[in-house]
Amino acid sequence: MSTLIQAGHLSRYYGDHCAVRDVDFSVARGEVLGFLGPNGAGKTTTMQMLSGNLAPSAGQIFINGIDLLDQPRAAKKQLGYLPDNPPLYRELTVQEYLEYCAALHRLPRQVKYQAIAKSKRRCGLDNVAGRLIGNLSKGFQQRIGIAQAILHNPDIIILDEPTVGLDPIQIREIRALIRELGAEHGIILSTHILPEVQESCTHVQIIDQGRLVLHETIAGLERHMNSASLTIRTRRPCDFGQFSCLPGINSIEPITPEHCRIHHDLEHNPAERIAETIIASGAGLLALVPEKKTMEEIFLALTSRHQSEKPCA
Amino acid sequence: MRMIFTIASRELRTLFLSPLAWSILGLLQFILAYLFLTQVDAYTMLQPRLANIEAAPGITDLVVTPLYGSAAIVLLLVTPLLTMRLISEERRNKTLPLLISAPIANHEILLGKYLGVVALLLIMVLMITIMPLSLLAGGELDCGKLLANILALLLVLASFAAIGLYMSCLASHPTLAAIGTFTALLLLWILDWTAGLNPQYNAILQYLSMLSHFQNLQTGLISSRDIGYFLLFSATFLLLGIRRLDYERLQK
Repeated sequence: MSTLIQAGHLSRYYGDHCAVRDVDFSVARGEVLGFLGPNGAGKTTTMQMLSGNLAPSAGQIFINGIDLLDQPRAAKKQLGYLPDNPPLYRELTVQEYLEYCAALHRLPRQVKYQAIAKSKRRCGLDNVAGRLIGNLSKGFQQRIGIAQAILHNPDIIILDEPTVGLDPIQIREIRALIRELGAEHGIILSTHILPEVQESCTHVQIIDQGRLVLHETIAGLERHMNSASLTIRTRRPCDFGQFSCLPGINSIEPITPEHCRIHHDLEHNPAERIAETIIASGAGLLALVPEKKTMEEIFLALTSRHQSEKPCA
Repeated sequence: MRMIFTIASRELRTLFLSPLAWSILGLLQFILAYLFLTQVDAYTMLQPRLANIEAAPGITDLVVTPLYGSAAIVLLLVTPLLTMRLISEERRNKTLPLLISAPIANHEILLGKYLGVVALLLIMVLMITIMPLSLLAGGELDCGKLLANILALLLVLASFAAIGLYMSCLASHPTLAAIGTFTALLLLWILDWTAGLNPQYNAILQYLSMLSHFQNLQTGLISSRDIGYFLLFSATFLLLGIRRLDYERLQK
């Protein structure tokens, strides 16, 4: 797998304020990197630096092996960028706008109309091609922004909050589109909607106060999410205290006589023994569910821990 | 180079998408036609008396030169309205990232915008030129002087556009850009009115004033000093504009 984007020790200061501090990461072809963080964490600043709209105070960016700062034009050819506000000319029709974007990316005449048709079809814009952008809804405008970013078939697609303002059906379509694009391109998308990352990304990166606090694959994230606890429900009251003698049980937290939560070691999963015991006792096992931490909990844990540990200067 | 023309043609078409360019073209033509006709009337009244004077000023001096002179003043008021939105509106509507993240250099963006506006100004000059050309139907014109007037107007408008574009790079709001441009242009225009008051700055003020260079060219005296002034003026403000766009990426 080839590395498409490589950011090394990126930092950005606004005066004394540090918006992004020493951020390192890379994206390979076939990867969809989700960029997560609370508002003001430095997501948009990072995106702006990657797309060449903002010069980093320190650090390097390589797009497909080309230094973005030394050879901006060659590097930008491989980039598609959707900023947090889609850059649309309200007085143009969708078709005119996309033709202008194609010209800006120096698409030759032969492939231009093909590329426009393809990107219109992918973003569901066929029916509005002749309408003025200013008269279209926010959802359509967002999709035109995405169409613009994928128009010239760039290797790297950078999407800053691509699903903002879309309705649930459109969000599903866009997520599917992102997964589809992710197969042959490298995609970076920023969001603060956590399920979006789980659904459309292969990798996730959490940024807080300008620092990277987590870089993981989605599988790695799932492991973070598997906490070691079980919820048990029975039909009749059951003596949950008897399980404390099982190996690997840390604590038992009764909620009602028929309902409790058991925390255990990750290495020892006592589910099987517990099920056997309850069934044998005739209490009537209704549910035995491994509990999962939600993405929100991990996110909050990571960002708040970071806050208490090392405050950003 | 291709990119410059792409941006320029987009800019020109955008100008014509709004009623602004059309109404300015119409009103400009109306006002200047009125001025032109009064000049022609005045000339026909004076004609019998002029016939007796040796080496009297001809129709070119009495009609064409004043027409281009007034055109320059009217366009001094109008150009800020045309240039104000070039960059500052892109910035306001957050469309600038589209240009900046495309494989285009900042100087191509700026030159494209500049050429787009200059093309519109060129159309205006052509429209104005139709009026003196209509005089050919009933008389003779000093064509050299007419060409000198066209050149003078074009050069002065190119300078107006350059400073307007620079102000648009600086301003966060189009109105601010228009006010800034208008102030700068008016100041440069009237700079040599005060020349008589403090003689030690005379030469400098006169050199800086746009009006004196414009009038020199209007007389038919095509000197590299005046042409150089306008070209240097435009180039300086274009360069400052490019620097400003570069700076924005660094600072913000």
